[in-house]
Amino acid sequence: AVSLPFAVGQCGNQVGCRFWDLALREHAAVNKEGIYDEALSSFFRNVDTRSGDYGPGTYKGKICSLKARALLIDMEEGVVNEILQGPLRDVFDSKQLITDVSGSGNNWAVGHKIYGCQYRENIVEKLRKTAEHCDCLQCFFIIHSMGGGTGSGLGTFVLNLLEEEFPEVYRFVTSVYPSGEDDVITSPYNSVLAMKELNEHADCVLPIENESLFEIVNKIHQMINSGKLGSTVKQNSLVTASAGSAKTLQEKPFDAMNNIVANLLLNLTSSARFEGSLNMDLNEISMNLVPFPRLHYLISSLTPLYTLADVNVPSRRLDQMFSDAFSRDHQLIQADPKHSLYLACALLVRGNVQVSDLRRNIERLKPSLHFVSWNQEGWKTGLCSVPPVGHSHSLLALANNTCVKPTFIELKDRFMKLYKKKAHLHHYLQIDGMEQSCFSEAISSLSDLIEEYNELDATKGGPRIDPSRLKIAV
Amino acid sequence: MSIVTVQLGQCGNQTGHEVFSALCSDIRGTHGLCSKKENQSYQDSCKERFFCEEESAVPVARAVLVDMEPKVISQTLSKAARSGHWKYSSHSHFCQKQGSGNNWANGYSVHGPRHQEAIMDLVQKEAEKCDRLGGFFTIMSMAGGTGSGLGAFVTQCLRDAFPTSFILNHVIWPYGTGEVIVQNYNSVLTLSHLYHSSDALLVHENDVIHKICAQLMNIKQISFRDVNQVIAHQLGSVFQPTHTAGGGSGYSRNPLGDLMETLVPHPEFRMLGLRNIPQMPESSLAYSTFSWPGLIKHLRQMLIANAQMEEGIDWQVRPPQPGSSIPSTNKPLHFNTSIANLVVLRGKDVHAVDLGSFQDPSLYTSWLNPQDAFNAWKTPRAFNKYEKSAALVSNSQFLLKPLDSIVGKAWNMFASKAYLHQYTKFGIQEEDFLDCFTTLEQVISSYTNL
Repeated sequence: AVSLPFAVGQCGNQVGCRFWDLALREHAAVNKEGIYDEALSSFFRNVDTRSGDYGPGTYKGKICSLKARALLIDMEEGVVNEILQGPLRDVFDSKQLITDVSGSGNNWAVGHKIYGCQYRENIVEKLRKTAEHCDCLQCFFIIHSMGGGTGSGLGTFVLNLLEEEFPEVYRFVTSVYPSGEDDVITSPYNSVLAMKELNEHADCVLPIENESLFEIVNKIHQMINSGKLGSTVKQNSLVTASAGSAKTLQEKPFDAMNNIVANLLLNLTSSARFEGSLNMDLNEISMNLVPFPRLHYLISSLTPLYTLADVNVPSRRLDQMFSDAFSRDHQLIQADPKHSLYLACALLVRGNVQVSDLRRNIERLKPSLHFVSWNQEGWKTGLCSVPPVGHSHSLLALANNTCVKPTFIELKDRFMKLYKKKAHLHHYLQIDGMEQSCFSEAISSLSDLIEEYNELDATKGGPRIDPSRLKIAV
Repeated sequence: MSIVTVQLGQCGNQTGHEVFSALCSDIRGTHGLCSKKENQSYQDSCKERFFCEEESAVPVARAVLVDMEPKVISQTLSKAARSGHWKYSSHSHFCQKQGSGNNWANGYSVHGPRHQEAIMDLVQKEAEKCDRLGGFFTIMSMAGGTGSGLGAFVTQCLRDAFPTSFILNHVIWPYGTGEVIVQNYNSVLTLSHLYHSSDALLVHENDVIHKICAQLMNIKQISFRDVNQVIAHQLGSVFQPTHTAGGGSGYSRNPLGDLMETLVPHPEFRMLGLRNIPQMPESSLAYSTFSWPGLIKHLRQMLIANAQMEEGIDWQVRPPQPGSSIPSTNKPLHFNTSIANLVVLRGKDVHAVDLGSFQDPSLYTSWLNPQDAFNAWKTPRAFNKYEKSAALVSNSQFLLKPLDSIVGKAWNMFASKAYLHQYTKFGIQEEDFLDCFTTLEQVISSYTNL
């Protein structure tokens, strides 16, 4: 089953670029015989370049030329051009790209209303073409940032489009949220306007914060430089990924951080691509982690962040991996799940980990976590046999937890600060199709979401009253 | 008579593979401990029951493999073929690409009708290969989306297409924590539906088998494969050929029919539990000796005290005193009342085993005569390297507590309306849930008041 990523905007495409690079390396490490297999086909088409790009269906058997199933969208050319001139140039063709020159000026309305309108047909056509090449389309991924104009505006426009054109295909969104010190002044506007779209049209959202990524990257460098890991640290881990991967000479500043997001996506889809004793598909993630339609924001944490030297790791180290997944150091967003309420939690394990390891660790960690009363045993688990490159096992934890609330409240506060003063509003309102009501509806949508989390939080720690069962006449 | 197995979903296929593997390895073994003639008879009977000879070099399992995603079936087929001793037919599987997403409604209302024809076609072909069809054995978990939802749908189709055949659903109950969040919903929907189309449900609980792996088999890092192998061993110990009491000298020809007849006298009571003794790592077998009286004593106490395995049995539990009319609420605490029991004995000196203790009327409800409530199947041919082994299939209150727990958790979640939108999206409404809850509360009530 195919997962189709859309990279929209500068951030989205930079992450996307890392993602394709790492995906190729992951599959190369597993697929020694160069056969185009089911696993590869979830992200790549196999094209026989002699018969032309859009030959009759994909060519099974030996790998000829792999083309990523993706759409790269940006209203500036810089990032996409770099990709096309770089080592990944053969992985994409021009028919997958939608670019323009002037950018969106960090304005959601420009991205959503102007470019949305302008490129709608183009996007739909390319989307349909790409989908045609898929045996079975299971899920769309949108990779973007919330604070700018293209990723935020056009990205959420694409989200709407996907719902219209392919209502049955799941829509996962990986969104990079702006930090408080973001240098784009209007990022709160862009983010809140985008949030409304995410509330209404996304099946699952994985919010990411740059601060968290930054801290993680720092931690890794500290560990490598401190010599604590000594000579056991392998340089070819996909988190640090410098040597051996397809890159330009100078490591671009955000690359390490983008690698983390790319790893998130790889791990998320690993069980759908590779075999294991308890498979976890993307539609299962949506099913188990979204108890109510709008509460679909999932906190992600990844471990391990550095390579473990031992191949046969005794259980103690394995258990450490589970503990780490619940430590704030490994989360991709600044939040505090341990002191908030879990609605649901998923653990996707890769590598030589068995069900008893899972159970032991769930039993161990459960007591320190607060689960909502109607989901006391709310754990979804998956076991994928194939570990990521350079690791013997790894764990991705996804939590639906009320601890996202503070992030949203802060966002709302920053928005209101600007909105009260009507700062920069004219840049938006002068765009065709934008009205004051767009803003009030967006903030209202965010407020409602916050309120839903409040209601759940109110139940935390309260007396547990189980509803009475149906009575049967004997 | 032959049994056609339908393997549904990841669990069904992974477990099914271990079952056929165990059956095949058992008949190939030289540990029969019986006469050559007996052994030959046993092998022939097993082959007829579960395998088809065809023109191929190795026996071909009489099975249909169904899944909504391709990876597991692909693995299952190749693992079997690699064994070199048996395989699946290359034309007997059906799969799709996108899975059921752990959504019972998706499995039942969408995949079911959509793929009904293709699946039933495969079943029909397998059925036709049988000289005489003894019935269907479906293997599924109830926690996910395919085994559970599509499994329930397929069971209904089997019932409609083969109204006079026996259908036994082997259902695997998930771990109490940590498999699928919506597992209790899926379980409630599955069990209530199966209750209407199946003849009987034979249940294995992951938590119980896990304990056996940990405490009896001494496995340190328990994998699903380990769990499935124990399940396969337990199933094999029931369904490998035996002589039934009145069946003359040959091996029983109709195992499913015999099972139903002995264990399911009343349609309201269809839940069967399974216990097996002894269970130990293969490496320990050589150093262990067992006596039949010891095994029978333990097995009986496992029944009475509702013990999950032969360790940690509560020996304090006793059946109620005969002669007094005891309302169910005053029965001794923790005593497990039976409707009917079946004991299967395999190995050395089975003919001399005294099973009188199982015929004690105080173990049973009063509806059946004790001699009808208890049956035994035997064979001198040892099973899977165990010199002596005994299995118990019981229609009793074994599953009452776990069932009640599942229904309770599901109800708790249902009251909050969590996840319901995922089901209504595919056509299962709140009223459908209520019907299912009602059915199961009825079953719980019936078993409680035995």
